[in-house]
This record gives sequence, structure tokens and C-alpha cells, in this order.
Amino acid sequence: MSIYAIFNNLPALLVVVPLLLSPITALIPIGRLAWVVALFGSGVSVIVAILLCSLTASGIRITYFMGNWPPPWGIEFVVDSATSLTVMAMTTLAFLATLFADRALSAEIAAKDVGKAYSAWLLACGGLYGLVMTADAFNLFVFLEISALASVILIALGAGRDRRALIAAYNYLVIGAVGATFYVIGVGFIYAVTGSLNMADLADRIPDVEARSIVFIGFGFMVVGMLVKAAVFPVHIWLPAAYSYAPSAVSTLLAAIATKAAIYVLARIVFTIFGGVPEVTALALEWVVVPLSIAGIFVGTIMAIYERDLKKMLAFSSIAQIGYITLGIGIATSAGIAAGFIHIGNHALIKGGLFMAVGGIFLATGSRVSVMSMTGIGRKMPLTATAFLICGFSLIGLPLTAGFISKLYLVRALLDNDNLVIVGLVLASSALSVMYLWKIVEVMWVRPAPVDALEINERPALYIPLWIIAIANIWLGLDASWLVGAAEAAAASLLGAGG
Amino acid sequence: MTPLMSGETGIVIGLLVPLLVGLLTPFLAVRSLWRDAAGPLGAVVTFVAALQVAGAVLAGETPRLHLLEFAEGLSFEFAVTPLGALFGLVASGLWIAAGLFSVGYMRGNHEKHQTRFAAFYAVAVHAALAIAWSGNLLVLFVFYEILTFSTFPLVTHKESKAARDAGRLYMSILVGTSVVLLLPAVIYLWVKTGTLDFVPGGILAGHVTPAALPWLLACFAFGIGKAALMPFHRWLPAAMVAPTPVSALLHAVAVVKAGVFTMLTVVVYVFGIDFLADNGGSDWLVWLASFTILASSFVAISKDDLKARLAYSTISQLSYIVLGAAIATSVAAQGAALHIVMHAAGKITLFFCAGAIYVRAHLTKISELDGQGREMPLVFIAFFLGALSIIGIPPLGGSWSKFYLMLGAMERDLLIVLFVLVLSSLLNIYYLLEPVQRAFFRAKVKQVGVASHPLTVIPPVATAILSVLLFFYVDLINGLAELVAG
Repeated sequence: MSIYAIFNNLPALLVVVPLLLSPITALIPIGRLAWVVALFGSGVSVIVAILLCSLTASGIRITYFMGNWPPPWGIEFVVDSATSLTVMAMTTLAFLATLFADRALSAEIAAKDVGKAYSAWLLACGGLYGLVMTADAFNLFVFLEISALASVILIALGAGRDRRALIAAYNYLVIGAVGATFYVIGVGFIYAVTGSLNMADLADRIPDVEARSIVFIGFGFMVVGMLVKAAVFPVHIWLPAAYSYAPSAVSTLLAAIATKAAIYVLARIVFTIFGGVPEVTALALEWVVVPLSIAGIFVGTIMAIYERDLKKMLAFSSIAQIGYITLGIGIATSAGIAAGFIHIGNHALIKGGLFMAVGGIFLATGSRVSVMSMTGIGRKMPLTATAFLICGFSLIGLPLTAGFISKLYLVRALLDNDNLVIVGLVLASSALSVMYLWKIVEVMWVRPAPVDALEINERPALYIPLWIIAIANIWLGLDASWLVGAAEAAAASLLGAGG
Repeated sequence: MTPLMSGETGIVIGLLVPLLVGLLTPFLAVRSLWRDAAGPLGAVVTFVAALQVAGAVLAGETPRLHLLEFAEGLSFEFAVTPLGALFGLVASGLWIAAGLFSVGYMRGNHEKHQTRFAAFYAVAVHAALAIAWSGNLLVLFVFYEILTFSTFPLVTHKESKAARDAGRLYMSILVGTSVVLLLPAVIYLWVKTGTLDFVPGGILAGHVTPAALPWLLACFAFGIGKAALMPFHRWLPAAMVAPTPVSALLHAVAVVKAGVFTMLTVVVYVFGIDFLADNGGSDWLVWLASFTILASSFVAISKDDLKARLAYSTISQLSYIVLGAAIATSVAAQGAALHIVMHAAGKITLFFCAGAIYVRAHLTKISELDGQGREMPLVFIAFFLGALSIIGIPPLGGSWSKFYLMLGAMERDLLIVLFVLVLSSLLNIYYLLEPVQRAFFRAKVKQVGVASHPLTVIPPVATAILSVLLFFYVDLINGLAELVAG
């Protein structure tokens, strides 16, 4: 009986465990101990996510009523195939980032702050998981704010090394708040005409609403709010600074999981809440999301080519990669959404690995990593550099890496739709992305190292999580059947929910 | 002759040995002898395996090796077509000679980073064999990219600014064309036909409208940058900055032949010769290939740098094979398949000679070769034979492939193509025999002669003899080439 009780409470556990552990870590004065608690929390999350995945894989749609209040009054958590895939990607990467954080975080921030940092860390994770699982439009706003405020703290922690982190955190706070406000205004409009906040309930009621213009306005506000949170071009401006001035471990965590949650919510808004009114959503997808995605792909890629600072380069590349995901979701076919979800998982792996590698190099050399400062790193830090290379190959979508599978399915979805022009643009951009990646490869291996370079040691605590990610990138490139199957199920459940 | 091993075992050994040589080289580097012996020994084993695979194909089998399921309906598998068996033989067989030459060149020249060089060299051969034996277009694409990336460290071997710039051009053209044109073409085929397998007679008939054929073919012809069809040929002369063993095996045989092999495979096993010919989808390619043949010959004449001249000659010769595919008759395809072998043997000889001259005299320009024939008679005789084979004069192997190509052109009443082929041969005579003529019949202008390494002289002589033998024993490979034509 008791074991079933746990199974029934799985969705709640995923949010409650990090949120409960968060204040505990804040009180722990020893940094290492706080880390152990945080690692325990993220480990539990991974296990819960695996269980959720196996449940949804057998076709179960898990619902959970908070405090046993049934919807539409109470808050409901829903976990279907789309949710479990997203949660799986997020928890795994958060766990690996936590593993990496042990050495990385304590090296970059004051010892007395470490416990509090893990407190914010867990809070951010819990908030993001809640964001993904909740089926209540207003509760979603609450989780949005929890995760955003915790992220602001984490980014601001970079100020110990670089004062610009404070401005980055402030920008993120303001712009993030604008995004969240847009979202909640949209929710207000929809609530005014439907009287409901539960997503499934909203999906039922919206098609019957007479005041179409209000539905349209509400939808617009909600979508724009999420575009800001997901850092879709041109409302991405908070992201580059936030990712590049945050401590390395925080960059890894946020790059891997933060925007993914917002993209997931975007898909939920479009296909679940407004799934019954395709005439409203199609317009936005076709004329806003798809063009912006393509613009973002090019702007992000070109900015990355001209960027010298490595973390910023990766951040710009994230803008482009987010464009690939929203492009897949934007074409709104089941193949397209599946391609988007495949890339949600793969990009989390790729960017997590790249930020981790740059973090490792930063900690070893002790100075901000720019393209030129990586000269000869390939010979000095072969393990880190090779893992960087593997993740980089995955980023540009080289065969036998996870990124290739993403590209394969995205292009296939576009060709299915006969979007030949977009195919050309996507592939041209991926050829361009070779340019910035290759520039780094060249300095790492082809250019001889400067004579007076320091002795550099690689530390296992930093490269073991990195290599787990690198191997996962190859493994998912060789055998993608699980990920592809899960993403296709996710697309089916998203489209099915609205139909 | 009873086979040593089954075709499947042949695939495993032929793919595994070069990869192992590549991976183990860093560990064998404790003794330079061990490291340097690994390449040629591995090459011999690989060649034996390739022979077994080819034997199985000749016996009518299709050796197959299924590794895993890539994604739904797409398996990661190897399945050897007759054309693949032929290319496998070429790549592995010439690796023996190139492996030996490579040792001589690197040692004779006291090059740096010999271990890294040897390792990536073997990995590149592995990729070439995997391309040859790939079971579908996706596997082929995967190893096509691996070949590009594994040759990058070889191109930039000298680590100078010139090498870096060349490496950049090399990568941007090869990766750029393959990602922007080849990949979407492959995925388009997958979407339209639901398969990417190589099937005799092609998979396209009934799935793609004839109007789309020329466009799809263009995506392949330009997307396969390794075939060096103009205007995407610039990477090949740029790659000549690499040490000569790389130019010899990779940029005269493995890499460029992988390109034209892919082109021919796509035409024969994906488009289907008959389907293409009936719809005239490849007519434009006949003209572009003819243009490339002549234009690059003219560029070659203007080059004084020996390796640059050979590179442009390669571009010209590669378009013979593309031409054979574009003519789209079974005789032309047979000629194209034969030309993969014949040109490989001839051109590798020429590059070996260029390398031997460089090791011995540090000469790179044709105008400096005056009177060097007495210093290096064997090398220049080998050069002479290799050049004759490429020109297509009996009794050398190259005459057969040109004969079949001309026959194919006649079948389609393409008289002008016949004219192009003849004109190209005349140009070849001029620019390939000039170095020989200078070496033997001009007075010596430069007194040189420093080092010499026997392993730089034996390989070109061996491959020159091979070019002669290929004329007399053409039946051995023609059996496979006829199977290609179906």
C-alpha cells in the first residue's frame, strides 16, 4: 500500500523535495555538506523523473490534485509523455550540473555563501519542475516567479569574480518580470472570459467563448510572456549577459534547463490551452513564432561567429538553438513538435556539456575564457578539450552525435511540409555554426601553445560529469530510438490534448 | 581459390584493422619502428579482407554487416555493392604502397608529429572503406563527414598560417556543401521513398517527378564536394599544403574517389541509370562535367608548382567519372567505375614521384626539374608511366576506362563529349609529360641531391608497374565493373 502511495505522489515529490531541501541547505554552514544535500535532492529528482517516464511510456497520464482539491478549483499537476520527457531531460542535466558544481561553485564564490547558493539552486530547480508539471495557469505564474528569483540570485553570485554579473542579474530580473507580467495579464484576460484557470478546463471552455478578440489578446500576452522567458529573438537580450557572467556551474544549470521549461510551457499554451481554437494559434505560429525562430537562428549564429568571449559565444549559440526548437514547435505538425522535443533534450545535453567544459577551462586557467586564451588548450587539457569537441560536434549536428538526430528530424519535418526555403535556411545556418566552433578547434589544437603558459591540471570532479555528457551525446547519436519514440509520444499527447 | 573468410568477416576485419591501427598508433609510438610498421602491415591485412569481400561480391553475394538500428527503418549497416567492393579494393590496396611511402617520406623529411600523422592517416582509410561498403545513404553520409574531419589534422599538419588557411577553406567547402546540399537531399529521399538502401535500378522511380530530377541531382552533384566539380573544387588545390603522402593516398585516391564513388553510387543505385536517362535528368551534368574537364586542364597548364598541377589534373580526371555517371548508360557507368581504379593507380604514382623528388632534392616547381632525370631515373620513369596511364595510352590501364567512357558517349550520340575527351587527352599529354621532358632532355640548372630514402622510390615504381599490369589483367576488375553496370 505504502509503495503505491509514493507512486501516486510522484509529481508532487519532484517539486516538494527540492523546495523542502532548499531552506535546509541555507542553514548549513559547511559548503560541502550543503552540496551533498543538494546532490541528494537532484538525485531523488532524477529517480522520480525516471519513474514518471516509465509510467507515461506505458500510456498512463498521471494527474495529481494538490491537497486533494479536485480541479477546476484545486491545483492540478498533469504528467503526460511530453511532461515526462522534458522533466527527464531537466532533472538529468540538473543532477550532472550539481555534480559539477561541487568544485566549480566553491571555487568561484565566497565560502560563506555556498550554502545559500545551493538553497537558491534547489529553489530554481524545484520552481522549474513545477512550471513544467502544473496544469493550472496561475500556479504556473507562481513557479515562474520562484524560479526566476532564484535564478537572479544565482546569476548575481558571479559578482565575486566579475561585477558585471550584478547588472546581468538586474537585467534578467527586470526583463524576466516583464515577461512574467505579460503572461499573468494574458491569464487575467482569459480568466475574465472563462472563469477558469485549469488548463484542461480552459481548453474546453475557450472554443465556446463569444468574445474572440479577448481570447486573442489573452493568447497574445501569454505567448509573448513565454517568448521572453524562452529567450526567443528579439526578446532574448537578457540571456547572453546572464549566462556569461554567472558562475560556471550556474551557467551550466541555466543553459541546460531554464529556457527549456519556458519553451515547454509555450507548447502547452499553444497546443493544450488554446488547442481548441487553431485559427487563433495558427496565425501566431505562422507569422510570429516561425519567422522569429529563423531570425533568431541567424542572429544568434552570426553574433556567435563575431564573439570573442567564449561564454558569450555559447550564449549566442543558445539563442540560435532555441530558434531550432521553437521552429520545430512552430510548424505545429506532429513531426515538427517531435523534432522540437528531441532538440529540447539534445540541446540540454549539448549546451550543458559546453558550458561545463568552458567552466573547467576557466577554473584551471583562472581567467575569463576567450577564443585566444584557449590557444593550445587541446594539448594541456586533453580530456576537457576532447569532451568540448564532442559536444561541439553535436552542436553543429555532425553525424553520430545527438545533434545530428535533432537536425535529421527537424529537416525531415520541414520537408514533410514542403518548406524547402526554411530547410535551406536551417542548413545554411548550421553550416555557419561550423565557423565559430571550428575557430575554437583551431586555436585549441592547431595553434602552438604560448611558451610561457602555466602548468595546468585537470581535475576529475570537473571532467567526470563533463564526460558523462559527452558520452551521452554520442550514445544518443548512435541509438536515438528511445528519445525519438518519447518525443513522438510527446507530440502525440500535446496534439491529442487539444484535439 | 577457396575464400579465407566469409564476406561478413571480411567487412569486420577490413573496417576494424585500419581503425585499430589508428587508435593504437599513439601507444605503439614508444618505438618508431612499431608505429611505422603498423600502417603497412594493417594495410596488407585490410587488402586481403577487401579481396575476400570482393570475391564474395563476384560470387553473387551481398556481404552484409548489421550493427544497430539508427532510427525507425534506418539501420546502421554495411552491405557491399559491386562498386563498393571495387572502391574498397582500390583504397586498401593503394594504402599498402602509400603506407610504405609515408614512412619513407616522413622519415626522409624529418617531419614533426609523425605519430599524430600516422594515427589520423589510418582513421581516414577506415572512413574511406566504411564509405565504400556502406549499406545505405545515411551510413555513407556519416562516414563521408568523418573522412572530412579526420583529414583536417593531416591538411593542417605543418601548423603554419598557410596550412591553417588551407584547412579553413578545406573544411568550409567540404562541410558546407555536404550540410547545405547533400544532407537535405538525403533526407528528402528518405521522406519521399521511405528508404535509403542501395538497390540496383534505383529507388526513385515512381516517387519523384521527372521535373524534380535535375534539381535533386544538382543537390548531390554539388553537395558531394569531394567530387570537386566546379565551382566547388577550390579545396583540393588548397589541400596540397599537406605532406605528400596525404596528397597521394587521400587527395588522389581515398577522399576524392570517395566523392566520385558517392556520385556514381547515387546515380546507379539511387536514381537508377535508366530512370535518369529516360527523363534526361542528368543532361546538364554532362555539360558541367565536360566544362570542368577542360577548364581545370587549362588551369593545370598554367601551374608551375608540381603538386598544384597534379591537383588540377585530378579535378579534371574526377569529372571523367562524374561524366560517366551523367551520361547514364551502362557502358559509361562501367567506364566510370574502371576509371576510379585506373586513375587512382596512375595519380598516386605521380604524387609519390612528386614526394620522392621533394625528399631528395626539395624541388617543388616544374621549372626547376630540368635535367633531374639523371639524378632520379627510376622516379621519372615511374612518373612517365603514371602520366601515360592518365593520358590513356595503351599499354597502360587508363586506356580502358577512357575507351568505355567514349563508347558510352557514342551510345548516347554525344559526339561533342567525344571531342572533349580527345581534347583533354591532348592537354594531358602536354602538361603531364612536361616534367618528364624537362627532367630528361634539358640541361641541369640546379645542383641538388641531399637526402634519399628507399621507401620513397619503391612505392612509385610499384604503382607504375601496377598501372601497366592493369592494362593486361583488366578482366580481374572488369568483372566487378560489369556488375556495376548491371
